[in-house]
Amino acid sequence: MEPFTTLTSRVVAIETTDIDTDQIIPARFLKTTTKIGLGKNLFADWRYEEDGTPKSDFVLNQPEVQGVQILIAGDNFGCGSSREHAPWALMDYGFQAIVSTSFADIFRNNSLKNGLLPVIVDEDTHQQIMSLAEEDPNLELSIDLASQTLTLPDGRQIEFPIDTFSKTCMLEGLDQLGYLQKQMDQILKFEESYGDRVNTLSPSSGDERRETRD
Amino acid sequence: MSKPRTLFEKIWDQHVVVDEPGNPAVLYIDLHLVHEVTSPQAFQGLRDKGLTVRRPDKTLATMDHSIPTTPLDVPIADAIAAAQIRKMEQNCREFGIRLFGMDSPNRGIVHVIGPEHGLTQPGMTIVCGDSHTSTHGAFGALAFGIGTSEVEHVLASQTLLQRKPKTFEIRVNGRLRPGVSSKDIILAVIAKNGVGGGTGYVFEYTGEAIRSLSMEERMTICNMSIEGGARAGMIAPDETTFAYIKGKPHAPQGQAWEEAVALWRTLPTDEGAVYDRVMELDANELTPMITYGTNPGMGMAINAEIPDPMRVTVSERPTLEKALTYMGLEGGKPLLGHKVDVVFLGSCTNSRISDLRLAAGLIEGKRVADGVRMMVVPGSQQVKKQAEQEGLDRIFRDAGADWREAGCSMCIAMNGDQLSPGEYAISTSNRNFEGRQGKGGRTFLASPLTAAASALTGRVTDVRTIME
Repeated sequence: MEPFTTLTSRVVAIETTDIDTDQIIPARFLKTTTKIGLGKNLFADWRYEEDGTPKSDFVLNQPEVQGVQILIAGDNFGCGSSREHAPWALMDYGFQAIVSTSFADIFRNNSLKNGLLPVIVDEDTHQQIMSLAEEDPNLELSIDLASQTLTLPDGRQIEFPIDTFSKTCMLEGLDQLGYLQKQMDQILKFEESYGDRVNTLSPSSGDERRETRD
Repeated sequence: MSKPRTLFEKIWDQHVVVDEPGNPAVLYIDLHLVHEVTSPQAFQGLRDKGLTVRRPDKTLATMDHSIPTTPLDVPIADAIAAAQIRKMEQNCREFGIRLFGMDSPNRGIVHVIGPEHGLTQPGMTIVCGDSHTSTHGAFGALAFGIGTSEVEHVLASQTLLQRKPKTFEIRVNGRLRPGVSSKDIILAVIAKNGVGGGTGYVFEYTGEAIRSLSMEERMTICNMSIEGGARAGMIAPDETTFAYIKGKPHAPQGQAWEEAVALWRTLPTDEGAVYDRVMELDANELTPMITYGTNPGMGMAINAEIPDPMRVTVSERPTLEKALTYMGLEGGKPLLGHKVDVVFLGSCTNSRISDLRLAAGLIEGKRVADGVRMMVVPGSQQVKKQAEQEGLDRIFRDAGADWREAGCSMCIAMNGDQLSPGEYAISTSNRNFEGRQGKGGRTFLASPLTAAASALTGRVTDVRTIME
């Protein structure tokens, strides 16, 4: 993944809370076997009419939001299905960071593994950003991951939480699998002491002959 | 004496491989279930990095999401879905993974087949690229959904990077009344606690009402933990658990069985162990539940009134208004008696043999109301076979319902089974999100009993009013 260090961008705001991953990318687009090209169907059912023409009242269809890289969304963003197609679609569209008061666990994990930064702010800050964005469609926010700060146009800096491990991976563009591979000696040692006691798929663990033949 | 621990903590502790300060723990995974929709990009990742599947012997694949539920001899009409299914077959061949494929009598929804074959056992860690993996927690296993990057991590290393979640006890006291079922318990929990209330936690369901449930009823509850925001939901193993597993194809046998049960008996939460949060519910007070909105937390007693947006907090109002507009419903009005176009009995939440028996018991000798389309989709080919042996398929067919092959079907609507725009469905599945069951479709989540009762009347119906 690409490293994430700093980002300055205008913002798009969707105030709805509990936006689920079925809205971010509807299931009918999950028949793909690659990660690319999902951005055109990001928020598809909110974004397009039945015949595929853009809905003029949906925020992503406003001409002034083109090229925007920060999404401000309501609480509990990304709940529901575990589909990683959600961060893939958001990133393919061009988003680099999502600001909300909270994120669903699986979505947050998936985002961090792809270089999409979830920025958690308190409710007051969230509301302030929402109203600032409403007043000024050209509102710009800056994010500095190293110092974990979000900077508002008036210069105010807001700190946001992120665990050190994910932060390092994001800053350096590291695939987290690399860390697991470095632990291989420990994994092998663990397996040695653990044995196949709970390998329920192993032929010796049960009487597979009673399974209906394939 | 060592510190008292919860069921979750015992399993967690036993599976931690490495726990460096500041970094997430490396957690060992006992069973990795794989399906066609969330795995192709993970296999491609392995290929790109020149890696193999480290433990194909702990990995099992099936197909459930994008497969049609039409008769098996009908070719798959959707070319993109067909390509995805071929890709799954090819990946399994290339990486040496066992597959319950299209023609297998063992194929089914991934969370139905694990328990059915005895692959799901107490004390295990189980993951799958599907959020409803929480289902397996009903056996006292730590089971949760993961994303595709994590699928790749587990394929490559048989481990996963995890931050230790907090624990949340959901104690359900008392006993369920007639017409009220385990689906109503979990819908009530989510309605009370919200769709984000469990974020960062693992649920453990305890109490008399939970102990008195069958394994299939327990699976329904754990299945929907994720709809409350918790990645995993667990129930301590007991005699009901052991009796269910015994004799399953992959269950331990002879001496190994005795040893396994002895070990499983050590898993339940110790006396004096402390949960980070606790909530209590009284099963005696529960009624059949139904959802009125566009997330599973928007649920209420079936005879209640739909919440009025003017009577909720300002911060809740826009989301509720948006939901009611999508649903075509009015706040302050009852949902009882509302028309129903489609009834869907199926999904990893409620498609097991006991679900089908309950619904069939109510429908036997009667007809699905005119103008209502009822689809019955067994959770696996094994469930289907069992139901046919018991004659349940005849009961459904004679009533005018559609009897299908196994799969996720209309729960995810990416396989040809879906609602038309504007249609109302009573569904035994787990998600009522906008468009979840087909673009523009509107879903009321409920139990199999409520679904069957509503199929007979063509209206949202309180099953207690038609039970003998």
